[in-house]
Amino acid sequence: MDDPRIADAWARLPDYLGNHVLVCVISLALGLAISLPLALVCRRRPALRAMALGITSVVQTIPGLALLALFYPLLLAAAALAERTLGFSFSALGLLPSVLALTLYSMLPVLRNTIAGLDAIDPAIREAAVGVGMTPRQSLLMVEWPLALPIIMAGIRTAAVWVIGAATLSTPIGQTSLGNYIFAGLQTQNWIFVLFGCAAAALLAIATDQLLGLIEIGVARRRRGYKIVGTAGLAAVAALTLLAVSPGQGLSYVIGAKPFAEQYILAALVQQRLAADGLSATSRDGLGSAVIFDALAQGDIDIYVEYTGTLWANQMQRTDVLPRAQVLAEVTRWASETYGVKVLGTLGFENAYTLAMTRELATELGVKTDSDLAIYAPRLSIAGDYEFFGRPEWRALRETYGLTFRSERQMQSEFMYSAAAAREVDVIAGYTSDGRMAQYGLIALADNRHAIPPYDAIVIVSPKRANDAAFLKAVHPLLGAINIDLMRQANLKISVDKSATPESVARWLWEQIERR
Amino acid sequence: MHTHASFGGIFSHVAATPMTMSSAISVAHVCVNHRSDQPALDDVTLEVRRGEFLAIVGPSGSGKTTLLRLINRLADPTSGDVLVGGSNVRDQDPAALRRHIGYVFQGVGLFPHLTVAENISITPRLLGWDAARRISRAKELITLVRLDESNMDRFPDQLSGGERQRIGIARALAAEPSIVLMDEPFSALDPATRDALSQDYRALHERLEVTTVMVTHDMLEALLLADRIAVLRAGRLVAHDTPAALVRAQDDAFVQSLMQVPRRQAERFSAFMRGQPNG
Repeated sequence: MDDPRIADAWARLPDYLGNHVLVCVISLALGLAISLPLALVCRRRPALRAMALGITSVVQTIPGLALLALFYPLLLAAAALAERTLGFSFSALGLLPSVLALTLYSMLPVLRNTIAGLDAIDPAIREAAVGVGMTPRQSLLMVEWPLALPIIMAGIRTAAVWVIGAATLSTPIGQTSLGNYIFAGLQTQNWIFVLFGCAAAALLAIATDQLLGLIEIGVARRRRGYKIVGTAGLAAVAALTLLAVSPGQGLSYVIGAKPFAEQYILAALVQQRLAADGLSATSRDGLGSAVIFDALAQGDIDIYVEYTGTLWANQMQRTDVLPRAQVLAEVTRWASETYGVKVLGTLGFENAYTLAMTRELATELGVKTDSDLAIYAPRLSIAGDYEFFGRPEWRALRETYGLTFRSERQMQSEFMYSAAAAREVDVIAGYTSDGRMAQYGLIALADNRHAIPPYDAIVIVSPKRANDAAFLKAVHPLLGAINIDLMRQANLKISVDKSATPESVARWLWEQIERR
Repeated sequence: MHTHASFGGIFSHVAATPMTMSSAISVAHVCVNHRSDQPALDDVTLEVRRGEFLAIVGPSGSGKTTLLRLINRLADPTSGDVLVGGSNVRDQDPAALRRHIGYVFQGVGLFPHLTVAENISITPRLLGWDAARRISRAKELITLVRLDESNMDRFPDQLSGGERQRIGIARALAAEPSIVLMDEPFSALDPATRDALSQDYRALHERLEVTTVMVTHDMLEALLLADRIAVLRAGRLVAHDTPAALVRAQDDAFVQSLMQVPRRQAERFSAFMRGQPNG
C-alpha cells in the first residue's frame, strides 16, 4: 500500500476530479436547458419531433471518442473565423469542445423521456385539466409536468451517467478529466492509475445516479425529505469537487504531451526545468497527434516535444525523404513561416517508426532489412499503434518495399512488444527509442531504401512564447542533452519499474544529464 | 301529441324568446358538423331553466356528450348559439367560463399527483382564492359529499371508486358554480354505490340550488333523477319532457322503445316479488 503511485494518484485527484465534475455539470446543465424546452416544442409537431429524436439518436451512435475529437477541428475553424471577422479568438481546446460534445451526448435520454413522459399522461387527466378551467400553460405546469417528472428524472439519471462516463474521453482534446489517469496509466503501464481513474469515474457516476434517484423518489412520492437530501448531496459533491479546480491557469505555461510514455516523461522533464527556474506550468496530457500541433500554433499549449518526420509527413504532406539535417532545417523554416511556431532545437535522439521482429524469427527467415521482409510479408502478420496504419509513413513503406501482410492489427503500443515476443504477431511497427525493443529481444529492420523520413525529437514553442526569454532559457539545457541510449533507458524504466512515474523518471533523466 | 300538448305552450314560448329570466342555459339551432372525433348535432334547440336537473339520454354516438361539451366550450358549434346566464359562450374566454361551470367527468379524472384537498380546491386555486378560504371550502365540500375529513391528505389511488367520484363531485362544486355538467358520472360504479351516490347528488342539487345537466345512457337513472329529459337520436333532439310525460308518451316509437327497458324490468321485478317468475 506504500506504492508511491497510489500517493501520486491521490495527489492528482482534486485536479482531475474537479475538472471532470466541471465539464459534466456544464454539459448536463446545457443539455437540460436545450432538451427540456425542445421536448415541449416538439411534442405537438410530429415532423420536428421525429427529426430531433433522429438527430440525437444518430449522435448517440457516434463513439464518444470520435464525437469529442470531431469538435476540435470544428471549433478550430470557428475560432479562426471569429478571429478574422470579429477580431477575437477563443480556445478550441479543452473545455469548449468537451462541453459541446457531451451536451449533445446528454440530449437523447432527456428529450426522449420528456416526450414519452408527457405522452404517457392519461387523456382523461388532460381533459380534466381543461375542464376545471386550466389554460394550456397551467395544464402543463400544474398537471402534465408533475406527472411526467418521474419519467423525465429517469432520463436525466441516464444522461448523467452517460456524461460522467464519456467525459473520461475528453482528455485527448485537452480537457483534464478522470480520463487523464486512464490515458496516462495505459501508456506508462501504471495499472494503479488506470484502476484509480476507472474507480473514481464509476463512484462519481454511482453517487450521482443514487442522489438523482433520491430526488426521483421524492418527486414521485412527494417526499420533500428525499428531494432535499438528494439536491443537497448533489450540491455538496459539485461544490467540494469544483473548489479544487485551480483558477488562474492563464498565468502559467501549458506543456503538451501526446499519449505515450516518452511524451509523458519529457513533459514532466520540461515542467521540472520550468519549476527550477521558478516558472509554474500545467500539462495537457494525452493529446492526439492530429490535435497537438494545431493546439500549439493556436496558443492553447505553449511547448511540447515533436518529431521532425511527423511534421514532415503529416503537416507538410511531404513524401520525399531527405537527410536528417535537411529535414530539420526545412521543418524549422516551415513552422516559423507558416505558423510562427519556433523550433528550439533537437533533444539529441530520434524516435522513428521501425518495423521490428524477434531476433529468432529474423534469424530463421534471414531477414535484416525491410527489402528482405517484403519476400515473407504475405505469410506474416503485423501490428501497429492506432495511428500507424493511417499515417503516410505506412503508405511509404508499403509502396517502397511492396509490403503486403497476411493481416494488420491495431493495438495499444504498450502491448505490441510483448505480443511480438509471444509471437502473437510476427512484425510490429515499433519505435526506435523504445526501451522495450531490447527488453523483449526485438530487432529493428533497416529502412534500406529510406522510405521513412528522420524523426529527430525537437522542442517546439508556440508563437506567443517564441520570444519569452525566461521561458526559453529554462528549457535550453535540455537541447542536445538526451541521446538515444538515455531515452531508451528512461522509457524502459516506465515499463519495467512498477513504481516509476513520469515524474520520477524525469528526475532520474535530469540527474543523468547533469552528470555529463 | 297528447303528452307534448300539455307542455307545448311552454315550449313554443321558450323557443320564441330564448333569453327568459329563468333560463340558465339555452341552446339555439345548434349544428355540429360531423367529424371523426365527435358525433354530430343537427339543429338542436333546448332550454335549461335555473335550478333544473336535465338528463340527456340516447344511444352511443347520438351526440349526448357533444351537446354537454358545448356548454363549457370543450366543443364549439359549427352554427347556432349557446348562451349561459344570458350571454353567448362564444364571446367568453373558455378557461374563465369553465371555472364557473362545474364538470364531473365520466372517468372521474382526479389528478393523481394531488391530494384529495388539492383536487377539490383546484378551481378555487385557479380563481385565485387564498389558501385559508380554499381549505375551509374543501372541508365543507368533503362533508357535503359525505366523506370523512381524514381523507383530505390522501391521494386518489388510495380511495375506492365511489369515494373518488364523490371527490369528483366535490371538485365540480368547489368554486360555487351555478351550473354543474356531468358526463355519465355514475356509470363505472357498482349498483349500490351508484344508487346511494345519485340520491346524494340529487339532494345536493336541491340544497345548493344549482342547475345540473347530466349525460347518461341509463334511462332508469334519468327517469328517477331528472326534472326533465332530453332524448337525442343521431344528433337530433327527438323529445324533451318530464319523466312522467315521457313514460306516458305514445307517439314516438323510438322514445317508447327507450322507455320499454326500464318498464319491462320493473314489471318482471314486481312479478318476481309477487312470486310469479317469468310472468
